[in-house]
Amino acid sequence: MTAPAQPPATPDLLYSQDEEDLRSAVRALLADRADAPTVIVAAESATPYDQGLWEALATGIGAAGLLVPEKLGGQGASHREAAVVLEELGRTVAPAPYLTSSVVATETLLALTGTGGITPAGDSGPAAALLAELASGSRTAVLAVPFATPPGGAQAALAALDGTVQGIADAAVADVLLVPTAEGLYAVGATAPGVAVEPLVPLDLTRPLAALTLSGAAGTPLAGPDASATAVRRGLLAGAGLLASEQLGIAEWCLAETVRYTRERHQFNRPVGSFQALKHRMAQLWLEVVSARAAARNAADALATGSPDAPLAVAVAQAYCSGVAVHAAEECVQLHGGIGMTWEHPAHLYLKRAKADSIAYGTAGRHREAVAELAELPAP
Amino acid sequence: MSPAVDAAEVRRRTRELLAAHPPATTGRTDFLKARFDAGLAWVHYPQGLGGLDAPRSLQQAVDAELAAADAPDNDPRRIGIGLGMAAPTILGYGTDEQKRRFLRPLWVGEEVWCQLFSEPGAGSDLAALATRAVRDGDDWVVDGQKVWTSSAHAARWAILIARTDPDLPKHRGISYFICDMTDPGVDVRPLRQITGEAEFNEVFLSGVRIPDSHRLGPVGEGWKVAQTTLMNERVSIGGSRIPREGGMIGPVSRTWRERPELRTHGTHQRLLTLWVEAEVARLTGERLRQQLVAGQPGPEGSGMKLAFARLNQEISGLEVELLGDEGLLYGDWTMVRPELVDFTGRDAGYRYLRSKGNSIEGGTSEVLLNIVAERVLGLPAEPRNDKDVAWKDLSR
Repeated sequence: MTAPAQPPATPDLLYSQDEEDLRSAVRALLADRADAPTVIVAAESATPYDQGLWEALATGIGAAGLLVPEKLGGQGASHREAAVVLEELGRTVAPAPYLTSSVVATETLLALTGTGGITPAGDSGPAAALLAELASGSRTAVLAVPFATPPGGAQAALAALDGTVQGIADAAVADVLLVPTAEGLYAVGATAPGVAVEPLVPLDLTRPLAALTLSGAAGTPLAGPDASATAVRRGLLAGAGLLASEQLGIAEWCLAETVRYTRERHQFNRPVGSFQALKHRMAQLWLEVVSARAAARNAADALATGSPDAPLAVAVAQAYCSGVAVHAAEECVQLHGGIGMTWEHPAHLYLKRAKADSIAYGTAGRHREAVAELAELPAP
Repeated sequence: MSPAVDAAEVRRRTRELLAAHPPATTGRTDFLKARFDAGLAWVHYPQGLGGLDAPRSLQQAVDAELAAADAPDNDPRRIGIGLGMAAPTILGYGTDEQKRRFLRPLWVGEEVWCQLFSEPGAGSDLAALATRAVRDGDDWVVDGQKVWTSSAHAARWAILIARTDPDLPKHRGISYFICDMTDPGVDVRPLRQITGEAEFNEVFLSGVRIPDSHRLGPVGEGWKVAQTTLMNERVSIGGSRIPREGGMIGPVSRTWRERPELRTHGTHQRLLTLWVEAEVARLTGERLRQQLVAGQPGPEGSGMKLAFARLNQEISGLEVELLGDEGLLYGDWTMVRPELVDFTGRDAGYRYLRSKGNSIEGGTSEVLLNIVAERVLGLPAEPRNDKDVAWKDLSR
């Protein structure tokens, strides 16, 4: 126990031209359909998700199927491309079930189709059929575990298809719930008999939470207990790893908007952005943002290449990027002064999203525990 | 740029050099001279000046071939100031004669360089410098005091900035010179530091005569020339990959693994936080390196020094504390004049004390934050009242 394990290969931490093209398409769509006033109005409505926006993103751009191989109906791209989509979604805090359905649920199902070599269920079982629907954007699914569940803490919440799971992100808009139980993983229709999805009041208005109660519900079995646990862990690992890119997008917007505002806002006969005390805080944030980009890219690349370093890359990215997003959002509110506290200004949406994201798929503390194990730095 | 030079071509030339001057039987200096003359010293420099007018990225191919053949390198750590600061400035502003005279012995390491910039009254406010250079026939006569000068005691030459017109505002009355450190008016005195060592020097300049042919750039344009030097000072990162735990986090992580009796819950939390930050800094440096290789240099370089300074200080502070009883001890307070800064080969107390300089040397962290804020983020400068006033009328 003297030397740390070195990463097996040099990660590609840049963006390819294809990734930049994808970014441009997503950014243009979101600018058109998910600007801040639209997001605020939607967040307070009964239907927080804009179905038209989701169709344009999932189907028009093909973002929903990025992780799914072409033979299963997807785009055959990778986590690197999905990460770019999440950067843009973070930058707009647009309500869309991308992370939960197109990443976590999709990755969980991918593990069951033989893509991950876990269960040779093949390309024709129920998991593959559902995958094709998720990839096309015609249906969405969520993994029915609390949003705060870290990749390493993915024990089944239910003994069987009976009971309640609290705090499931995006469950209220999902067509299908992937329910891990002690008996295995089931696909349960959201409107099936014995299924109740009760919306909760979330801290983050732009990503609704719900409680799921099953009482005598029927589901399609997808995997036995062992394969289920492995698949859920893989789904949550991808979710945690790519959440770092969403956090990067949040932090980028918060910094850019704060810089823009403090250049224009005058107090004491000067732009407030010319005061060194404020400049240093923004410069520090910039340093955190460029660091978060390297960490998030590293996690996305490790997931995309199936690197054995992926668990550590994800833990490092989450342990770091959660704090950066929260710090950027908190500074954004503070440096906007009074206007930062108002409902009209979008800063609060970013603060709520950033704080909720810092708990999603495991807190920074939980991910540091994972680092302790993976980097062989054990507790006393 | 010569289109014929690509990676295959530099590899061919490198093998040719190795065949003509086998490292096993060629003296170190002779090999380095031959390498310079073959244009393989710094391939992006002009032909005849140690380069091939080739893309900078091709240097990696040369270095890999030479490393595989166990060829001597020019010990960039020992000649860092010459290599990193004097050379690009001479290349950018020197006359043909200056380039021919200085670049080869500089690169080979026959002549060590130091930098006479900072003064006791002009550190971060470098343009406030008071060292005077007065024209006398074909010479300039220089009087003043410089400080924080590493390698001055070993240096043959110095890059020097001095005030040539006190009637102009401070940035406009400065000129840039090459100073002969063997001139009788140059007095180098060791400056003992916080670590007990004298890694730096004070340099007193009394009636030092510098021929006008050793001026770099036009009279009065020294500040502009100095910007080239200072930019290069901060772009030292980017050459090679850093391994995981390659920096200061390495020794403290090893101590943690090897000595379980030192572990506490409090230090565990701090260690994990710093380990993650060190790994992220490593990745940020790696991303910067990839951007440079791809020909898309990013502004991240401006921030890397800030990150490493803070990390080095926090990590070494934790390490002293983790060591408990041993942290109360210090290796050696004897005043020595080290040739190199050796962070990882020394004890924790030294690392803790020496790292305090990381946020001061090469631009304080406060100044670097201003540079990031103004040049990267485009935030407005603070109002200033010293830009248009003659230097002699400023309060000091």
